[in-house]
Amino acid sequence: METFKSLIIILMGSVLVNNYVLSRFLGICPFLGVSKKLDQATGMGIAVTFVMLMATAVTYPIQYYVLEKNGLGYLQTIVFILVIASLVQFVEILLKKFIPALHKSLGVYLPLITTNCAVLGVTINNITDNYNFLESMVSSLGCGLGFLLAMVLFSGIRTYIDESEVPESLKGLPVTLMAASFVSLAFFGFAGIIENLFA
Amino acid sequence: MLADILVALLVVAVVGLIAAVVLVLSSHFFAVKVDDRVTEIRSCLPGANCGACGFAGCDAYAKALVEGGVKTNLCIPGAQAVVEQISGILGVEVVEGELKEKSVAVVHCNGTCDAAPKKAIYDGINSCLAATVLYGGANACNYGCIGCGDCKDACFANAICITDGVARVDARLCIGCGMCAKVCPKGVIRLIPADSKQIVLCNNTEKGAVARKNCKNACIACKKCELNCPEKAITVLNNLAKIDYDKCSACGTCVENCPVHCITNVNFEV
Repeated sequence: METFKSLIIILMGSVLVNNYVLSRFLGICPFLGVSKKLDQATGMGIAVTFVMLMATAVTYPIQYYVLEKNGLGYLQTIVFILVIASLVQFVEILLKKFIPALHKSLGVYLPLITTNCAVLGVTINNITDNYNFLESMVSSLGCGLGFLLAMVLFSGIRTYIDESEVPESLKGLPVTLMAASFVSLAFFGFAGIIENLFA
Repeated sequence: MLADILVALLVVAVVGLIAAVVLVLSSHFFAVKVDDRVTEIRSCLPGANCGACGFAGCDAYAKALVEGGVKTNLCIPGAQAVVEQISGILGVEVVEGELKEKSVAVVHCNGTCDAAPKKAIYDGINSCLAATVLYGGANACNYGCIGCGDCKDACFANAICITDGVARVDARLCIGCGMCAKVCPKGVIRLIPADSKQIVLCNNTEKGAVARKNCKNACIACKKCELNCPEKAITVLNNLAKIDYDKCSACGTCVENCPVHCITNVNFEV
């Protein structure tokens, strides 16, 4: 029961409190770039969630069984980047062969995720937070879902921005950044909820 | 010390090597067969993804061409050169009459801010379509350009800008895909051959006096152009002059004769 509780806390924490986009400001590039339309935003969010889970499943054993065994903890960043990049390529090839429909809908976004800092951030934070394998996977799932949530919320906001009269000097990126900061502020409201989740 | 560096090097190299081998093997074993002709055709298409051919983009058109049953002359930005290349790859004969000539989009309206009085102040969504639904837009003339820029948003080549309340197409940038003509709720944008030298800058089919009242630059259907055209290329239909570009010899007589200057000289081939 206690482990279940802690898993729930990790999940909710990474979705709402430590949302990667809105609280930790990682993965801003796709957040601003691919959030124009709801279907694209959803596709990107699901693809990122998927890649985060895969990446964690692969990097966790590499960290503990390859790097730390040889006292090479400092190689973490470069090895993780290498592994994540090749993993995404591998997944893309597999998807193209076996699930063409999914490849068609995710295809454009998969290469974008290769160098997404949110994915690298999740894998490294899982190590620094001393999570075990199960906790790492739950945390990755939460981060992915949090990313998805942020993308979907923001794409809704952007459709409203598109339909409204924006002052000439704020058109385009400036008003988008301002809107993003408001959404980010709103997420600070979740800051205290984790401690009292099971109180 | 040296051993540490070597071990680090070795680990990274081995991880990289394993990843490379896995990728090479998987791309070999899980490769999806693509018809070579698709890639070939795709590389000679312009890559504007404008959708003028009626497909979702250049990739989709290339695929449809290879699968057969699709005409080779649908790519408007590519014009003649691309038709010939595609026909060469597919082994189909190029039919001369089948080629679409290069065309350019023209906004047939000159209802600038001071020429065309407003009948209302439009304060709604900044979209021509929305404005049209509401009593045909804010301009007194219900036929001309509204200037909200739906065409500008639809243009892939960034060739359209709104100047003085009217959309204007930069002919040097226009690829002739016709997407602007499709989204224009007024039908004021039409494609004309790129070698045209005269255009009628009006779309108003109201009677002369009414049209004149609604816009100072409107065609008043006086038929002076029709009577004076040596090639009989201009007809005034529904109170609006229309040039038949198949007959037009680009002599410019109509421009000289038009009392309201709604026919003007242009040169798209600069």
